[in-house]
Amino acid sequence: MISFNLIPLLPEIYLSLAAMGLLLLGVFRGNESSSVISWACVMAAGIAALLLLWMPPERMIVLDGMITMDRFSVFMKYLVLAGVAAAIILSIEYMEREKAARFEYPVLVLLAGAGMMIMLSASNLLAVYMGLELQSLSLYVLTAFRRDSVHAAEAGLKYFILGALSSGMLLFGISLIYGFTGSIDFGLIHSSLSKFAEIPAGAIVGLVFILAGTAFKISAAPFHMWTPDVYQGAPTAVTALLAMAPKVAAIGLLMRLLLGPFEPAAFQWQQIIWFLSAASMITGAFAAMMQSDIKRLMAYSSIGHMGYALIGLAAFSQAGAGAVCLYMLIYVIMGAGAFAVILCLRRDGRSCQRIEDLSGLSRTHPLLAYAMAILMFSMAGIPPLAGFFGKLAIFQSAMTAGLYGLAILGVLTSVVAAYYYLRIVKVMFFEEPTVASLDRGMPLARGLILILCLVFVTGFILAPSSIMATAQNAAAALFPE
Amino acid sequence: MIVQALAFYLFAGVLLASALMVITARNPVHSVLFLILSFFSAAALFVLLGAEFVGLILVIVYVGAVAVLFLFVVMMLDIDFAHLRKGAMQYVPVGIAVAAVLLGELGMLYLSWNAAPDALLNRGAPGALLAGPTNTERLGQLLYTHYAFPFQVAGLILLAAMIGAIVLTHRTRPGVRRQSVATQHARQARDVLEIRKVETGKGAV
Repeated sequence: MISFNLIPLLPEIYLSLAAMGLLLLGVFRGNESSSVISWACVMAAGIAALLLLWMPPERMIVLDGMITMDRFSVFMKYLVLAGVAAAIILSIEYMEREKAARFEYPVLVLLAGAGMMIMLSASNLLAVYMGLELQSLSLYVLTAFRRDSVHAAEAGLKYFILGALSSGMLLFGISLIYGFTGSIDFGLIHSSLSKFAEIPAGAIVGLVFILAGTAFKISAAPFHMWTPDVYQGAPTAVTALLAMAPKVAAIGLLMRLLLGPFEPAAFQWQQIIWFLSAASMITGAFAAMMQSDIKRLMAYSSIGHMGYALIGLAAFSQAGAGAVCLYMLIYVIMGAGAFAVILCLRRDGRSCQRIEDLSGLSRTHPLLAYAMAILMFSMAGIPPLAGFFGKLAIFQSAMTAGLYGLAILGVLTSVVAAYYYLRIVKVMFFEEPTVASLDRGMPLARGLILILCLVFVTGFILAPSSIMATAQNAAAALFPE
Repeated sequence: MIVQALAFYLFAGVLLASALMVITARNPVHSVLFLILSFFSAAALFVLLGAEFVGLILVIVYVGAVAVLFLFVVMMLDIDFAHLRKGAMQYVPVGIAVAAVLLGELGMLYLSWNAAPDALLNRGAPGALLAGPTNTERLGQLLYTHYAFPFQVAGLILLAAMIGAIVLTHRTRPGVRRQSVATQHARQARDVLEIRKVETGKGAV
């Protein structure tokens, strides 16, 4: 008999029950209650994080191998929950001002969060797919949430069609792997593959399809085409969510897949990840230079960041995996801060998103300008800010693994990428305000998020070792001896 | 055995031909009808494999519900499919080229295919617990034990899809007259009925 030990699943179960309960509340109370429901959803994410705290530290595999709970999934789930909570908090005031506040919004975000958490602890390809679909379906709807806006509808449709295509590729890869190994269980796939000195073609083709499907979800080049359009068209609050939590979930899933069942095929997937990483860094650096829309710029910036994160994975070492965990932590926090600033870009009650709208910000809103400047410096990887340490750990792991080409390419593209981050700083500080000043006032919760992010980004240097040790500790769970 | 093989080729041939007709038929209603035919052929293939439950579910769900819904939509919405298809024709060469490359690769993969030695053993693993004569019973046992978790998550996915469908399409329209039973019941004859005395020969004013 299989044991139904549901303890490792408690956070997910709690999150989905909370989503359903709050949905009922919303149905009865109507859209006026949407801000109450939003805060309740933030609280639900907080309680789920507390439940994670209560998880035993050792690895648990339950439900007949469907679910694995270890320190890695706990670490990544914290990041996902933080991203989800931050996205909901950032959205409350924005959605109200845009007159798009509906109680379904936070509920869908919670359901997407549950899907991401399932992705992170799945250890069966079927469970992986289910989590992925729960996440993606909720995100498609959220992207098109402002259905009266042509841009949002177009973004939603693009995201949906390309997402469905990538899910199809993923499923095709899974079917090939099943045909080859006769199993969709991570442990059985691993033991089947490790019997070969040289991995046969069937498994490699399956692996390539699975990688293509997941590379779409993390928007690594050359599967990044959807990212700028979707980021630009979606409501800014949704863009903030898209830039944080799903990336963490997808990269966590990729790490678990490649370092778990496909670990025997490391020689093969290392080449693919090498290519994805190099292509993403180059695309992220060069394509972002021509952008005039700040959300498109953030899209290319996130493509570039994914490229850096993939370097750590290509290193195929515990230090590399730890560097990816650390990088994702810093990435989520910088993203939350940057979007808190971007959400403030409103003029005469309408949101604006062009880079020239930032011109002269240092004179009209000095605090906001300095906050954005710090975040941009951190994203560019300028010491002593947090972004520098993330990149440092990644490049160190690449050098120890002998990936000199990737490390050099990474440094070069960071220099190129610094150009467009610094361009924003230049526009804010050295250009005359060409257009009317932005609206004043920032909601308290958004300001609090921004301050927390700034404290982390600037204060990281004070205690880098403890945070790095936590990330390394999480990654160690992926390398069982 | 020979009857089984003949039946397989018959249904598989019909399935492929009707699937081709679905995307090439000019009249969208014909497309839907060919889709129904292909569902039936696929169901027959499932029955041939011994999976009669899946085959029947395919007929009930896809033919009974989905295809009929398609038919409704196609008939209700007046979409000019020929016009929609006009622009798509220019992408056909590229599409065929990509598909041909993929087909060639898959063909090469098929020729060199050899499953892992323990594949058969692995495949039997979840079925070891199974008992019961019919595959409906076996499926039920698997769904509620080994695959209970994905089964529940599938429910959540459907919930998310349902919320999505409502969020994206439902609007509260102003100016719609709704029936309010309570107001109707509360109506009194004296509120709405007025009796006037009309003088003879004058007529009502």
